[in-house]
Amino acid sequence: MVQPDLLYSKEHEWVRIEGDRATIGITDYAQESLGDIVYVELPKTGKAVEQFGNIGVVESVKAVSDLFTPISGEVLEVNAALDADPAAVNRDPYGDGWLVKLKLKDASETKNLLSARDYEKLVTA
Amino acid sequence: MSAPVSDRTASPLIFELGQEGRATRYVEHGKPLQSFMPANVLRDDLPLPDNTELDVVRHYTSLSQRTFGIDVGFYPLGSCTMKHNPKVNDALASLREFAELHPFTPDDLSQGALQVMHELERSFCSLFGMAAFSLNPAAGAQAELAALLIAKKYFRDRGETQRDKVIVPDTAHGTNPASAAMCGFKVISLKSDARGRVDPVEIRNVVGPDTAVCMMTNPNTLGLFEERIHEIADAVHEAGGLMYYDGANANALMGNTRPGDMGFDLMHLNTHKTFTIPHGGGGAGHGPLGVAAHLVEYLPTPYVVRDGDRFRLDFDRPKSIGPVRSFWSNFAHAVRALAYLYANGAEGLTKVSQYAVLNANYMRVKIAEFLETPYPEICRHEFVASAQQLKKETGVRALDIAKALLDRGYMAPTMYFPLIVPECLMIEPTETESKETLDGFVDVLRDIVQTAKTNPQELLDAPVTTVVGRVDETRAARQPDLRWRASR
Amino acid sequence: MYTPHTKADIKAMLEAIGVGSLDELLRVPAELKLRAPLDVVPALPEYQLRRRMEQIAKRNDGVEYVSFLGGGAYRHYAPPAISALAMRGEFLTAYTPYQAEVSQGYLQAIYEWQTYICLLTGMDLADASVYDGATALAESAIMAINATGRQRFLVSRAVHPNYRAVLKTYCDGLDVAIDEAPLADDGTTDLRALAEMLRETQYAGVALQSPNFFGNVDTLDGEALQAVRNNGAVPIAVVAEALALAALATPASWGAQIVAGEAQSFGVPIAYGGPYVGFIATTNEHMRRIPGRLVGKTVDNAGRTAYVLTLQAREQHIRRERATSNICTNQAHCALIATIYLALMGKTGLRDVAALNLERSRELATAVANAGVRLRFSAPFFNELVADVGRPAGEVLSALRARGVLGGLDLGRWYPEYSTCILMAATELTTSGEIAKLAAALQEVTRVGAGV
Repeated sequence: MVQPDLLYSKEHEWVRIEGDRATIGITDYAQESLGDIVYVELPKTGKAVEQFGNIGVVESVKAVSDLFTPISGEVLEVNAALDADPAAVNRDPYGDGWLVKLKLKDASETKNLLSARDYEKLVTA
Repeated sequence: MSAPVSDRTASPLIFELGQEGRATRYVEHGKPLQSFMPANVLRDDLPLPDNTELDVVRHYTSLSQRTFGIDVGFYPLGSCTMKHNPKVNDALASLREFAELHPFTPDDLSQGALQVMHELERSFCSLFGMAAFSLNPAAGAQAELAALLIAKKYFRDRGETQRDKVIVPDTAHGTNPASAAMCGFKVISLKSDARGRVDPVEIRNVVGPDTAVCMMTNPNTLGLFEERIHEIADAVHEAGGLMYYDGANANALMGNTRPGDMGFDLMHLNTHKTFTIPHGGGGAGHGPLGVAAHLVEYLPTPYVVRDGDRFRLDFDRPKSIGPVRSFWSNFAHAVRALAYLYANGAEGLTKVSQYAVLNANYMRVKIAEFLETPYPEICRHEFVASAQQLKKETGVRALDIAKALLDRGYMAPTMYFPLIVPECLMIEPTETESKETLDGFVDVLRDIVQTAKTNPQELLDAPVTTVVGRVDETRAARQPDLRWRASR
Repeated sequence: MYTPHTKADIKAMLEAIGVGSLDELLRVPAELKLRAPLDVVPALPEYQLRRRMEQIAKRNDGVEYVSFLGGGAYRHYAPPAISALAMRGEFLTAYTPYQAEVSQGYLQAIYEWQTYICLLTGMDLADASVYDGATALAESAIMAINATGRQRFLVSRAVHPNYRAVLKTYCDGLDVAIDEAPLADDGTTDLRALAEMLRETQYAGVALQSPNFFGNVDTLDGEALQAVRNNGAVPIAVVAEALALAALATPASWGAQIVAGEAQSFGVPIAYGGPYVGFIATTNEHMRRIPGRLVGKTVDNAGRTAYVLTLQAREQHIRRERATSNICTNQAHCALIATIYLALMGKTGLRDVAALNLERSRELATAVANAGVRLRFSAPFFNELVADVGRPAGEVLSALRARGVLGGLDLGRWYPEYSTCILMAATELTTSGEIAKLAAALQEVTRVGAGV
């Protein structure tokens, strides 16, 4: 399942841009291939992150996957609810399972991301 | 949290048993602690259960009966070398003169212990072609760490601090990259070729002035012999790097060929694999670290030195990386390993690895009749099979086969390792198993594969004969419950 | 040899494989064949190998001496029930419990071990074991380094010198610098100096040992703890004599966030230094940073209670170069021994053993003082004390040896300023007769003018 209104990275993260705010998560495809997610390690608020830089880790029972930000910015908020309920990432990767909210640094970076259609091609290839 | 639906088979925790004051008396009653120390340094309560010896004996006997060891049945766990652990080894390790010797006993009153360590060390040097071994590391992973610390110090002394890369093939044990990271090295993962080997050409492409160490095991974790190991070692050495031998698979070649002769500069042994130390449910291990002549000075302290017919612990080794352990060695295991060497001698040890290879190949050809073996050639002490095709046909995975084996009284092979083989089952029979045992296992496995085709659900439901069925690992990780707490 | 192969077996198996001989099967390349015969100890039948090893063992004369050796390895009473249970083959010959369904017993025992360590230390959780006390400290330092992102560590000079040496070995690998906090005159850490260091430099962690290497209770006080908190360093408690946990205020109660310990005292043979069993206990906050295996309680597919290795994504086999540690094999069997010891002793027995250690060590202190030897320190101590013999300790220890007594450790080996001091331990196994023998010998060899 790919959401039409989002942008995507090749590393299976999505980003929703609203004004100068960006919300980031992992895609349905990513959660599906990781299996039951048990823990998410996220950056501290206030941290400056660079496009495609490593910002954390997603753990399933027997796998660990790096989390890369699809876009640069400053971390405004992380999804603290995931500490108690990491399953939200499996259940609702584009909604309750969001990971990080950023204050955008450079909106033009979106040119480096995939459209929903291109991402769909990537994961069905 | 709601109570489990059916908990009849659960064994109570020791904390749920007993009554205060019920403990069996092993020592006389002591005076109140306050008569010796000020109250402000003492704890208030000691919330431990009091049980009689009989209660404790029954409790842990019951737990042992819910545990599978080599003594219970065939244990073909790949890369773990689960061979018979001779009982004489334990009897010798528990001799009073070994078991009650304090580590700070002066050297001249510990000559027996030092002799054990020295004889073991000298024998290992000859068997594996190394100049010296340190018996300090507690396990293979710690020996890897010590070896990489040696490499780091060695290059620092040579003014080659730019060497910060460690090359690790993709078939390597996970401890290799983890150990490298603990020394600040960056890991370069090397892809195996189509034959499951490291390609010397690939090595030439990645080595350079930043190469510190190349870590390999031979045979590798696919059970395949790296016959071009000399070319690989030459490439690494020409670039100025060091070769490290992960000895987890030493049971495949002991007495027949030596890592030292292959060009390795550093190596470890897992005596809890090759040399019959009981693994004890996850340790204690014992990880002797061997080095070539140019690295002897860097070994961890202390090192056992022989002066004439006397032995001593040498701590005064200025270039040493320092100790990696509180005390000198997992000494009781050194006793066991030496006893095993005496039980076999050079000729016996040579036969050990030959029979280990014989058993593995015999199983490989038998199993290849009904299960994919991705590398269909002569293997060493272990081999890999894959349930990839079976999964496509029937939905039955390696995991399901493993669980079905548990139902039939066998330990499962190593699963899903090495990572490059999908639906991998890694099988290591060891030399102490008879042809009948191997045949019995093969028949059971054949039957399981047949069942996958006729009644896959039975395997998906396995195991059903064990004290619990498949365990909810997701729940364990999402809601960690790592200890008992008194209910209030 | 422990191989079952008959000639007929070998023949049949080679035929099945399709090769003619074992040599053909092995296919060792010519350049890798052995060039010289192997020089390995000779093969002996079992009854002779036993005799041989027993002869070697007899050369450990040290076990015949009256001993006051301690310093991180302690002689305590271990009921035979421990080995009767722990040496059962199901436990002894199991591998790491990867297949939970056939490992429930061992997994439960480790869960009990983790609980015992939590109850003794007052912490939230504990791991399934690390190699020993020294590596527990080193791995705890790494936890603190990862928690704070800092590359400098502070350790008290009263922490076991071997532990500090191992800490240094590990920290060298990570390019982490170590500072040492000085000693106060009473044989504890100089907390004012420690606080001063904490005011000046940012540290990843700060480690104190209690009882410390000299046997003295040595913990952070309120002011020092405040200095640690202001600094942001992780407070770490080191425990080398785990029996003291049965008597002393818990590390949690004086502010430790990590406890790095050695549990050899709980029934594990002293065995010339190993195998022993290290543990790390910590607060929930540091759960994801703890190294090594963890056993968790969960349910099976029918809802029955079950135990399993958990939070494995921290570990080397999954996280590889970014694991919390490279540890794989730990000291499970020693942890099992310690668990059974604690179960047998119980609250009542463990308190009694602790009280007896206090009693015998005070009897030792009195005897030493009556022999005219000064006790070096004044702080409350557990089962070890420091005697200042007023001349090079090595000389006095040699003279005691000549009288059949291993009097303790020469502190000059690690502390030049204490080169006239001996570290002596007394446990529940130390008899009044042994203490009298030491005192008499001590009096003889330290008498003014006596040649030693």
